[in-house]
This record gives sequence, C-alpha cells and structure tokens, in this order.
Amino acid sequence: MTAAALPASSPAAPLAPQRARSPRQLALRRFLGRPVAVAGLLVIIAFIAIAVAAPLLAPYSPTATSWSAIRKAPSFAHWMGTDENGRDVLSRIIFGARASMLAGVVSVLIAGGIGVPTGLLAGFAGGWTDTILSRIVDAMLACPFLILAIALAAFLGPDLTNAMIAIGVSTAPRFMRVARAATLDAASNEYVEAARALGNPPWRVALRHVLPNIVPPVLVQGTLAIAAAIIAEASLSFLGLGQQPPAPSWGSMLNAAQRFLSQAPWLAIFPGLAIFLVVLSFNLVGDGLRDALDPRRR
Amino acid sequence: MSDVLQVQGLKKHFTVTKGFPKPVTTIVRAVDGVDFAVQPAEAFGLVGESGCGKSTVARAALRLIEPDAGIVRFGDTDVLAARGGALRRLRRRMQIVFQDPYSSLNPRRTIGRTLAEPLGVHGIARGRAARDQAGALLAEVGLPETALDRYPHEFSGGQRQRIGIARALALQPELIVADEPVSALDVSVQAQVLLLLRELQARRGLAFVFVSHDLGVVRWFCARVAVMYLGRIVEQGPVAEVFARPRHPYTRMLRDASPIPDPSQRGVLPRVVGEIPSAAAPPPGCHFHPRCPRATERCKQEYPGWSNPDGHGFACHHPEG
Repeated sequence: MTAAALPASSPAAPLAPQRARSPRQLALRRFLGRPVAVAGLLVIIAFIAIAVAAPLLAPYSPTATSWSAIRKAPSFAHWMGTDENGRDVLSRIIFGARASMLAGVVSVLIAGGIGVPTGLLAGFAGGWTDTILSRIVDAMLACPFLILAIALAAFLGPDLTNAMIAIGVSTAPRFMRVARAATLDAASNEYVEAARALGNPPWRVALRHVLPNIVPPVLVQGTLAIAAAIIAEASLSFLGLGQQPPAPSWGSMLNAAQRFLSQAPWLAIFPGLAIFLVVLSFNLVGDGLRDALDPRRR
Repeated sequence: MSDVLQVQGLKKHFTVTKGFPKPVTTIVRAVDGVDFAVQPAEAFGLVGESGCGKSTVARAALRLIEPDAGIVRFGDTDVLAARGGALRRLRRRMQIVFQDPYSSLNPRRTIGRTLAEPLGVHGIARGRAARDQAGALLAEVGLPETALDRYPHEFSGGQRQRIGIARALALQPELIVADEPVSALDVSVQAQVLLLLRELQARRGLAFVFVSHDLGVVRWFCARVAVMYLGRIVEQGPVAEVFARPRHPYTRMLRDASPIPDPSQRGVLPRVVGEIPSAAAPPPGCHFHPRCPRATERCKQEYPGWSNPDGHGFACHHPEG
C-alpha cells in the first residue's frame, strides 16, 4: 500500500506512485471517521453561523421590550416564549450566541497566547527558567479556576471584554502545563538533536522543530478549554460580571430566569439547552481530536 | 597533529538531587577522563556495555552536550571554545547519525524539507537547487528521488536510517559520529546499512566515530577500537589486535560473550559475572575488580595507570597476553 510495506531488502525499489499523505491529512481522515465528533463539529459550525448571521435570523430585536407580551409561554409568535420585559427569548438566544462564541474563542486565544510561549520556553530552556515559570503556574493553579476568573473579572470591572481577559488569564496556566509537557516530550526526540547538530540556533530549533510537534496536544486542550470558557462566561454573566444588560448572554438570561423558575421555566430551559449543546459539542470535538491526533494510534 | 578529532581528559558528570526533606546529591560520572584520537578517513570504534558512557562521549565530542572538563579538538579548532559562527562552521564539518530511525526524522516534514534544511542553514543552496541536491543525496544512499515528497512514516526503519545518513552527508562533513547506527535494525538491514556506510567512507574519505555494543559490527567496520567501562577507556588499539589478543580482562569477557557465527566453533558461552556497577558509586580502585577473575588486593586500592607499549594500550595491573 505505502512505501512502509515494501520489503526492506530493496531500498531502491520504486515507491508506489501515490500522493504523499502528511500526518495532518492522516489525522483529518481519522477525525472524519468518528461520527460523534463530526456531529459535534457540525453543531459548532451551526452555532457559529447563527452567531454571525444573528441580525438576519432573529425574528425580533433582542432588546425590544413589549408590555403586552410579558413572560408569555412558547407560541407561534414567540417560539421560545418571552421574558420578564417582553423580549423574544429566541432572538436573545441567537444574539447571545455571539457573546458565548466570542468569549469561548477569544479567551482561549488569550490563554494560548500566554500559555504556549511560556510553556515552550520553560520546557525547552529548562533549569532556572523552568523552575520559576513552573512555580508561578503552580501558584495560579492552586487557586480554583472560577474563583480566579471571578476575582480578576471583578477587579477589571464588569464588561464582556474584561470577562474574556479574566477567563483567558485564568486558563493560561493549563496551556502552559500542556505546552511544557509536550515540549519536554518532543524535545527528547533525536530529530531535535539533529537540528542542533546541523547548526540551527536554539530559537530556531524551538520554533521550527519543537513548536509544530506540540500543536496536537495544544489543539485538543484548546478545544476542551473553549467549552470550559463558555461555561465560565455564562457563570460570570450569571453573576453580573460578564455581558451587561440589556445585551443578551446565555449566562445573564439564566440569572434573570431564576426568579421565575416555577412560573416561566422556558426562560431557563432554552438558554440552558444552548449552553449544554455548545459545550457538549466542543467536548466531543476535543475528544475526537485527541483520538485522531494521538501518536500512539499512528 | 594530523588527527581529525582529538579528545583529551573528557569528563561529563551529571548531578542528581533527590529527596525530601533532606535532599541527597549524587554525582554520576558518566564520562570520567577519556582520551582518544581519530585520524582522517579512519573508522574508530567505541564499545562497551549499556550505560558505560559511550554515547555521552559521542555527544560531548560534537558539543551536543557540554562536557565538564577536557579538550576536544577538531583539526586545529578547539570545539569546546567555539561560539556562534565558529561553532556553526564546525557543525558543518562533523555530523551525527542516530540510533533510532523512528525518532531521528521530524514526522511533520517531508524528506525533501528535512534534507534541504542543512543546506539552508549554512546558506549552501535554497529552493530548486536545494531540492536537486537533496535528490542527489537520496540517490547516494540508494533511495529514489520520489521519496522527496514523502513523510517519514511511509518508510521502513532501514530506509529511514538511510535518510538520516543522507542528512548527515548533506554538509559534506569530514567526520561522522555514528551512535549505534544499526542496533535498531533487523540483521539483514544492518548489513545493507553497514555496507552503505563503508562505501561512503571509501568514496568520501570520511572519518567515523562508531559507537556500538556489537563487537561483530565494530570488528568489521572499524580500524581501531576503544573499549569503555564505567566512563573510562580500559583498552585501545587496532581492532584485530584488541579482539584477538585482549589485554584487559574486561575486553576478554566482552569478546568471549559475543557469539561466533560458526557452528564448528560452537561452545558454551562463558558466564558473565556480575553487572556493570552504578556510575554514581563506582567501586574503589580498578572499577572492574569486583567482576575480574584476575583481581588482587592492589586492584581494590588503586586505579591502574595507562600503559601503551606498542600502540595497543590498556589500563590494568595484571594484563593478559
């Protein structure tokens, strides 16, 4: 099938005239062979599309109040009912997807932007650099993730951007840990030593040889971290530290809904369902990626 | 001196600090004073049991790890003092071939990129020219040019090892350090790779430092050999001499333990007594005395000095032959 199957005793035997498959293409193929992960990916794509096309999809304005339609149960006019100010819940969920997706992606980008370079540095440089960076990370991880995020968000002030920064900074230590461990693993390979023997300066060995090989675990961590960040954003918004009213967010919708849980359960059910679906999908995709990228399965 | 590589008094100690609340520091003397020299176009073998420090010597000679003491000279250049550009120019002249063909090639790069990298680093060739040179290198190690666009996982161990050799040849070095280059391969593939190495040695006039635990391979490939035990060289000389008339009892033990592929010579392999002691706590006196049949009181007290009567040197109080 491939060159690897050729008898080793004929090194000059012609290789099968087949297109070369890069490790990335092989991983993609394995990922696509997992229906559950693909389903998760489709759900995520759907939610991203909803977030992007929110003004086109939403039947009403997410902030338009109506005194004639307060806490109405789901109907044909309002598929998911209306809230305590007479705003359409479906429209608010559609616009709320923006806050959630944005918070998930941006805070993970912040976390990766801080965590991956420091992890790479700590793992590759070793010695004192590693000790100092690792102790800082240990100290940050000693504090529960959400408590740290709440403290940071409260310190920065209640606002969606600040919430994303708070979540990103609180998540960064995990990325640092993952990147550091992956760096130690990748750097023990002989091709890294070969790169040094060829005369590459250390920074180039780290960026060109080690960094590409720590991408798989970081990618998996990133996907799972998006799910955690979405929950964290919802939690901060629930506490009033994230998205500020009247702009919609799934977390703040849940917060408002708790007072009417027995009279108007649809206020809590639909945002809760949205969070559940998105977070589940990200987790499924993360698991699928982990299986597809796991070198032991190669 | 006409030596291409000269190593004197090379030492590499690793310190390990372990334990809580009272940390205990142990010093592992992986390499504890090693001297040897390699002539141009000569294959020099370095043999010994696992953990005797032979790979550490190889890496320290290339400055892939920093030795703690000693002198390494490559031609007229002091390897251990070289910095920046000087070190890079040195790297061009000495290369390494690794043991494990599965970890010595970057899995995310095509063979073409892997082979073109050294040419780019040293500004020899880029783009199309680099690709042509990479193709020529593949041809030299007996692989088709179509391999350029493939990834390492598409090749067998023997093929990968050829690619690793091609990468080492790219800079046209004078010396190649081969760290157990065939021990991870099947026996039939070993023979092919060894033949390739010998052919390259003859064609390009390469000098080799050939690290191996396989005496048969060293006997076939090398002209001279040094036997290492616990971080020190215990015997050194021409291969035929050393293995035919070993002077150090350890060399004799190694030789007698290595099987002879001839049924008429079938016999009982002598039992090897004991294990290699830890380099963290080497025995006093001659390191080998706990396992040595010829050991006396003196061997327990003082480490034997180096005697070299006729180009076949040894470190033993009671040499054989």
